[in-house]
Amino acid sequence: MIATDVDPRSARKVAAATRRAESNAFKNAKNRLTSRGATIAAIVIAVLWTIPTFGLFVTSFRPPADINTSGWWTVFANPALTISNYVNTLNFDDGGISVGQSFLNSLVIVIPATVFPIVIAALAAYGFAWINFRGKNLLFILVFSLQIVPIQVAISPLLSLFSTGLTIGNWAVFPGLNLNSVADSFARIWISHTMFALPLAIFLLHNFISAIPADIMEAARVDGAGHGQIFLRIVLPLSTPAIASFAILQFLWVWNDLLVGTIFTSGGNFPITKVITDLAGNFGQSWYLLSAGSFLAIILPLIVFFALQRFFVRGLLAGATKG
Amino acid sequence: MLRSPLRKRVTATVALAAISTLALAGCTTANPGTSTGGSASGPQTVTIYGPDTGTEATELNASWATWAKDNKITITYSGDANFTTNIATKIQGSDLPDIGMFPQPGLLSAAIASGKVSPLSSATTASVKNNFSADWQGYVSSGGKLYATPLDANVKGYVWYSPADFKKWGITVPTTYAELVTDIQTIQSKTGKAPWCAGFSSGTASGWPGADFLAEVVLSSAGASTYDAWVKGTTKFTDPAIDKSFTLLGQILKNPKFVNAGFGNVSSINSTKFGDVATKLANGSCALTNQATFLEASFATTKTKAGAIPKVGPDGDIWAFPLPSVTAGSNAVVGGGDFAAGFNSKSATQKVMTYLSSAAWANSLITVKNASFISANKGVDATKEADPLLQSAIKTLQDPNTTFRFGADDAMPSVVENAFWKGMVGWVNGQSSAAVEAQIQASRASN
Repeated sequence: MIATDVDPRSARKVAAATRRAESNAFKNAKNRLTSRGATIAAIVIAVLWTIPTFGLFVTSFRPPADINTSGWWTVFANPALTISNYVNTLNFDDGGISVGQSFLNSLVIVIPATVFPIVIAALAAYGFAWINFRGKNLLFILVFSLQIVPIQVAISPLLSLFSTGLTIGNWAVFPGLNLNSVADSFARIWISHTMFALPLAIFLLHNFISAIPADIMEAARVDGAGHGQIFLRIVLPLSTPAIASFAILQFLWVWNDLLVGTIFTSGGNFPITKVITDLAGNFGQSWYLLSAGSFLAIILPLIVFFALQRFFVRGLLAGATKG
Repeated sequence: MLRSPLRKRVTATVALAAISTLALAGCTTANPGTSTGGSASGPQTVTIYGPDTGTEATELNASWATWAKDNKITITYSGDANFTTNIATKIQGSDLPDIGMFPQPGLLSAAIASGKVSPLSSATTASVKNNFSADWQGYVSSGGKLYATPLDANVKGYVWYSPADFKKWGITVPTTYAELVTDIQTIQSKTGKAPWCAGFSSGTASGWPGADFLAEVVLSSAGASTYDAWVKGTTKFTDPAIDKSFTLLGQILKNPKFVNAGFGNVSSINSTKFGDVATKLANGSCALTNQATFLEASFATTKTKAGAIPKVGPDGDIWAFPLPSVTAGSNAVVGGGDFAAGFNSKSATQKVMTYLSSAAWANSLITVKNASFISANKGVDATKEADPLLQSAIKTLQDPNTTFRFGADDAMPSVVENAFWKGMVGWVNGQSSAAVEAQIQASRASN
């Protein structure tokens, strides 16, 4: 991809080296894992790992009274299956919001909440990796160390930020943004997820971007590329695997998030995780719907994972083989 | 060939995202003050935040829909199953709904103490005083002022049984606790199996069914004043009155011959989910259990021995009687309920508060189709309640001779509540009453 833009030869060399390193790593791993014992072990682990999920899947098709009285494996001796759990789940009304609506809400939440942190983090990571300024390392450590702040600690101040701000005595620590929980739900949750994701995103992308060989950067500079051009034409395309693997992580994290989703949204804007926890009812009387609900909720993450899985593996391996 | 469109797409995404980020930032600074709510003339929105979700949330929405439409107020209800923990965060972060629905008086008084709850308007105060008994008013006042209105209610302490089986064994509904124990003995000797089942498992709140059961026994054996002192902390868990209740409860729950019907031994109470007792009661492997009115909903997914869904009613498959009192003639019931408190004095908020405290809303609530809600509102017309069990519960609540008390655990500070629940789990696991009492009392001291 750089071939047409910057310096063809050096770029090609880097690409070839990377490919070679990757394929060597693959070969080594393959050799080590293709013994018969390893294969059997892998199959056993895979089967054991899948059984509970499979049981849940079978359960989601069984009538409630059967779930209550016998285990899912009895289905093989006495098959009685129904789709009523799925029908009831789709018809479930969580005080004005349906599972379908909340699925859309989750999409509306998850796409910006994945794109925003990646955009900001990619720019920041480039800055930290390739632009020299005073206090860079200190600032990077500060950003990185924000990772150790647990979300639960940050929630209360964030809520203040969105509502009335915070004043200690006469000193306004920060002004309120006046984002209310009904009308501005989505803005609030996008901002929250972006904030919570940034430290890790910057750290991961920084490690990847700083490992791009300096030769390429220099070549680009010699050819007259500015920061903008270098970022868009070299850094971004080269770090696609890292960006994709972080995108998967962030997507799954936001999709599965319940705490942030429940606190920062309200009413008709609740994400699907919230509605699914409510499926069971206040007193757990319809808990049998949970299995069907969870399967509806994992459809999209599964699609995303399988679609981007290629990048995921490459992103991890590439990070491992570059020194 | 493949690569360049990908690059373009990435670039386009970045550009798009950058623009939307800018737009987002623009939004946040450009229109501050949009959240101050509707002005007096336009359509007004009132947000209510409460613990009820799912079907219950739908029923609540239905209960005020007509009124809200007539009064041109949009009521946005957000239910949150983790209300009890999240409301504290929201109060701390000043991110408040217009009205909060508190399921526990202890939580409500903590909110009042934070200074963010606004006192009731004079109209709502008058309505609450008119519609609710002194017992209920006590839970919403602080320093002589009323801060919230009771909403719905529930009655705990029902003993569920099968009327047909009772007839078969030749026993009648007991009127005292001692009679109840004798009846259990009779059933045990006739069937040769344990008659009583119980389940304490409920996630992080495991043990609460035991705490409720104990509270019911304390209220009926020691009386309301001791109960109040116990809730407040002036009567200790180690007090002889409380210890006596542990002993009474142990006659049933710790007798290996009496429990745990259909599940196993005494300690299997801890591994049994509180709602699962419905299954065993329906198929006849358990004869008796103690649970609140809401257990009725659980029977919908169970099967009788014949394979049908059990019918709940005085002559159906399953019915319930109030837990007999220890001292004859006591009319004390333990229950629960929700309270609505307003977080601001906007006119729309106050209007909704007044409506929620009225008999009109309470009647609208109990007549919502299949509603599981009842109310302690004196203006409720019990004959409008279609469900026989809920109808009897409303009558109990409205009876002027009834002493109503909130479940002790819910009214205690949450540290003590949690120790109480854990204590009940340990007690069933074989810890002595004295050890459990001392352990729960220790959590009081640290508070």
